[in-house]
Amino acid sequence: MADRFGPGARVRVRLSDPVGHTRAPRYVRGHEGVVVASGGTHPLPDMVVAAGDPRAGREPVYSVRFASGELWGVAGHSVTVDLWESYLEPADG
Amino acid sequence: MADHHADGGYAPRVRALETMLEERGVVTGAELDTILDGLLANATPLNGARIIARAWVDDGFRQRLLDDANTAVTELGLSLGYGPKPVLLRVAANTATVHNMVVCTLCSCYPIALLGPSPSWYKSVEYRSRAVRWPRAVLAEFGLDLDPDVEIRVWDASAETRYLVLPRRPAGTDGYAEDRLATLVTRNGMIGTAAV
Repeated sequence: MADRFGPGARVRVRLSDPVGHTRAPRYVRGHEGVVVASGGTHPLPDMVVAAGDPRAGREPVYSVRFASGELWGVAGHSVTVDLWESYLEPADG
Repeated sequence: MADHHADGGYAPRVRALETMLEERGVVTGAELDTILDGLLANATPLNGARIIARAWVDDGFRQRLLDDANTAVTELGLSLGYGPKPVLLRVAANTATVHNMVVCTLCSCYPIALLGPSPSWYKSVEYRSRAVRWPRAVLAEFGLDLDPDVEIRVWDASAETRYLVLPRRPAGTDGYAEDRLATLVTRNGMIGTAAV
């Protein structure tokens, strides 16, 4: 599966509050970051758990860097989080 | 939960999970044995220390490590795991201006094959929640007071990539052989909660 987002792409984590399992940490939902690396393709945990299939829903995973000012309102560090493609949307739509 | 204590109830729960995973065909008993034997025999922070020491003495290896860590560590006879599932390794190098630290906010993902079992604080709710929010204060509590100008990069290893921090080589170690350098590398240094 081809990567939808390349290095340097600005992305936003979709606002969601799923009932089941997800690996989109709550503290980055709705926030903007920059893709810094590709992390290969892996089964989507949300679908793995929902479908009971360890191979369900393979898709690209990206390392996305968030400025601390964006997450917490205070500059000084960054947090890089690995996120599955369907957790993300383009930031400059 | 009144009778719950540190190890209470885990063993039967693990056995039940193992049985179900085998029944559903997720993993076989033989695969589990291979993974566990490999970890028990080989998983130790000495592996990570060998990687760091080699990177300190060999610029070519350092570059290969930063470009493609999974392939580079095979030069030392190491790998990320003993199971069928591929795990990516990424190495983040500290510099005079950037300090890296690793956390898994959602659970406790950790490069066990290279660092051995994770320390208890790594799995604590306090570390997992505070490392991404107040990393400078957390590092200070570990005894690492960074210059205010140093940029802190926190890596939340909650997906399929595992992270190893490449600490800066300590000053005054110019003549040290690789083996001796490896003895200086600490587990916390490779998580990013210490300088070395």
